[in-house]
Amino acid sequence: MHSPAPTATAAQPAEPRQYLTFTLGGEMFAVETLSVKEIIEFGQITTVPMMPPSIRGVINLRGAVVPVIDLKARFGAPATEVTRRTCIVIIELGADDDHQVIGIVVDTVSEVLEIPQAEIEPPPAFGARIRADFISGMGKIAGRFVILLDMGRVLSVDELATLSAFAERPEAALAAG
Amino acid sequence: MSAEHEDPLQTFIAESRELLLQMEEALLDMESRPNDPETINAIFRAAHTIKGSAGLFGLDHIVAFTHVAESVLDRVRNNEIALDPGLGALLLKAGDHLGQLIELLAAQASPGAAIQADGQALQARLESYLDAALAADAKQPSADKPATTADLAAVNNPHWHISLRFGPDVLRHGMDPVSILRYLATLGEIAALHCVTDAIPSLAEIDPEACYLGVELAFASDRTPDEINGAFEFIRDDCLIHVLPPGAPLDTYRRMIDTLDKDAGMQAILLALGSLGPEEIAALNHPGDAPAGAASMLGGEVAEPSVKENKSSESSLIRVDAGKLDQLINLVGELIIAGAGASMVARNSKLPALIEATTLVSRLVEDVRDSALTLRMVQIGATFNRFRRVVRDVAKEIGKDIALDIRGGDTELDKTVVEKIGDPLTHIVRNSMDHGIEPAEVRLARGKPATGQLRLNAFHESGSIVIEVSDDGGGLNKARILKKAIERGLIGESQALSDKEIFNLVFEPGFSTAEQVSKLSGRGVGMDVVKRNIMALRGTVDIESVEGVGTTVRIRLPLTLAIIDGFMVGVGNAAYVLPLDMVVECIELPALPASEQTAPDYLNLRGSVLPFVRLREQFEVSAPPPTRENVVVVQYAGQRAGLVVDRLMGEFQTVIKPLGKVFSQIRGIGGSTILGSGEVALILDIPGLVRQVTQQSQPAATGGTETCTSNT
Repeated sequence: MHSPAPTATAAQPAEPRQYLTFTLGGEMFAVETLSVKEIIEFGQITTVPMMPPSIRGVINLRGAVVPVIDLKARFGAPATEVTRRTCIVIIELGADDDHQVIGIVVDTVSEVLEIPQAEIEPPPAFGARIRADFISGMGKIAGRFVILLDMGRVLSVDELATLSAFAERPEAALAAG
Repeated sequence: MSAEHEDPLQTFIAESRELLLQMEEALLDMESRPNDPETINAIFRAAHTIKGSAGLFGLDHIVAFTHVAESVLDRVRNNEIALDPGLGALLLKAGDHLGQLIELLAAQASPGAAIQADGQALQARLESYLDAALAADAKQPSADKPATTADLAAVNNPHWHISLRFGPDVLRHGMDPVSILRYLATLGEIAALHCVTDAIPSLAEIDPEACYLGVELAFASDRTPDEINGAFEFIRDDCLIHVLPPGAPLDTYRRMIDTLDKDAGMQAILLALGSLGPEEIAALNHPGDAPAGAASMLGGEVAEPSVKENKSSESSLIRVDAGKLDQLINLVGELIIAGAGASMVARNSKLPALIEATTLVSRLVEDVRDSALTLRMVQIGATFNRFRRVVRDVAKEIGKDIALDIRGGDTELDKTVVEKIGDPLTHIVRNSMDHGIEPAEVRLARGKPATGQLRLNAFHESGSIVIEVSDDGGGLNKARILKKAIERGLIGESQALSDKEIFNLVFEPGFSTAEQVSKLSGRGVGMDVVKRNIMALRGTVDIESVEGVGTTVRIRLPLTLAIIDGFMVGVGNAAYVLPLDMVVECIELPALPASEQTAPDYLNLRGSVLPFVRLREQFEVSAPPPTRENVVVVQYAGQRAGLVVDRLMGEFQTVIKPLGKVFSQIRGIGGSTILGSGEVALILDIPGLVRQVTQQSQPAATGGTETCTSNT
């Protein structure tokens, strides 16, 4: 619910953007719909061994092998428990030459909302329980705050790749000991 | 370069590279078979085509340079200059220079001062051949004078006579006869012109896009033959062109008329144009007693009608964008997966008719896959032929006499593999030449012929391609390799190694046996990189050598990189695929003797120790193990290892899918594939996996049970 755009914000690039909201461990998050390719049911997923918990595995998306990231684990919480409402949101990142398709596991998908620029606050310096650089802003929806995620940072391919390289050693050592 | 020129320019660049390769090949051929007219023609055609196309793009520096080379080649073709080794070497250099110009063009850079200076030096040297030939030309008439007959008498005509028969494709190639004439008019004055229309068919048969015209013209000009010939540069391949200079001998006219014999009334036309007088026509009809062969092409440069003899072979080939082929292969891969899914459903349904239908489809899909894969196959010959130049140049540089013997050039393999094998192969060849083949004195002392033999051979063997580089040189010195390896700490002093293991030490990083480091090889950075590159192509390399007799380096490569035969195993709930060519055998994991608490990670395989990796532990599978576990014995690079798995699931054709950037750092997993059920299975990278396990267990070897070591 928002009031008609006041003249003050008309000067800004005030096209209201659409966001897909979803919940994760009871908290509400949102991503811009521009980067969302599709939403699929949580189905057959192939675990890739020797990976950190945040990299859940790979799925077959119509012939393409797509990695799936567990967002909750990525935010430092225990891995998502799969329920009937668990979904995989397929996110498309990057331009032509650096194009990446990655899936994220979410508890439930809620709805698509338009959030005008005026209703978006800058991210807080601390207190959001997830890394500040993952947050692109705080959207106000019906008096509640929704964390708008910066998918480019959350799903930074370089960071995930480094993570996967580091994860194997301590875990392997633990298994041996 | 404007945008609309971009694409044809790319074609020009690609074509020129190919032509330069052909030219180089032909020039190298000339060294063994001089004076083969077909080879000379091939060289000439290559230069000519590059020049013609470069002209279309207004690449004047390339045209100017190629023109000189082409002129020299033309004289070689007419036996006016002998193609001696000196000229051959010069032409090879000229080819290199052209190659540089083309590469600069591809990089959208302009030639620097050094390259320009090079070009000018080469051009000057080429021109010196032209001058020499001209001097010889000047002498020739006087030498021929005694044989003068009426035929050789110059006709009494101050004009050039130019005869043009445009080929039917001239218009389609974008050349307008009128513009040619207009251009000609800028070089002089067209004194008289007769349009030959005999070839025009009846209206019903006429093809509106074809050209049926011919032109005879008398032309007044004081330009050089080269300049006038230049006017017909772009149509020369398609058209019948005769350019007779003023005062050309009568015989050249006769030959021109003979070539055009289907055109009636040529004599009348020549008379009407004033090119020949009545007496000359009469003389034409009554040839003198002198043999026609005595007449050589004096002064006049008669462009020979160049028949496109290679046209038919060219037209059966089409150039296809590699991206499109890749897409096709991908789709075929999808088809295989979908087909496997359909077959599975059919088998579960237990409907005989459906099973039969899907079996037929699967068989056809396999055929489609095989023929789709052959589309990417190219012959290795082109890669091999590149080495003729390398061997020739390197042999000269190091002062050895080395002959290259190429066999199996028609063996086909995947284009991607061909592209990536060039560098490792170059390294091996250079190594053989530098370290393998002995200097001539040593060879003679050992009772070998002074000329060293280097052989490149390729053949198919059980689903892979084998490339061999062999030399008849000194062979590898086992004692020296061992000494070096111990010095470098690669092996322990008491280690007993088989011959093969000793030779393979050469591929260890930081190993080089050459006592002195030469410019070509021997810095010890080479062979391990060679091995790594070949391993990256899922290939293997090994060495066979007999001291004093020679060395053979054998590279074994898969035919294709896109699809492999896999062997599927199950661990926990997951399925993994191993490359079938690495699987040696499968055995049951012997049950743990009751006396022992923990099982060791090796077993006795017919008397030898087989270390194994428990995939359950490695992959941290928490589900309880089945009562019986199996061991898959794998072999790679001469090493054997076992992989302990839960289930053996049999052979399976696997379309390799890359895992993407997220998994770029992963070790032990090489890729993924999609099973018939739609599930994703991971392909194990066995060398990576074993290496990982080895690294993990190395500290454990000294630290007893305390295996938890810090990562530093």
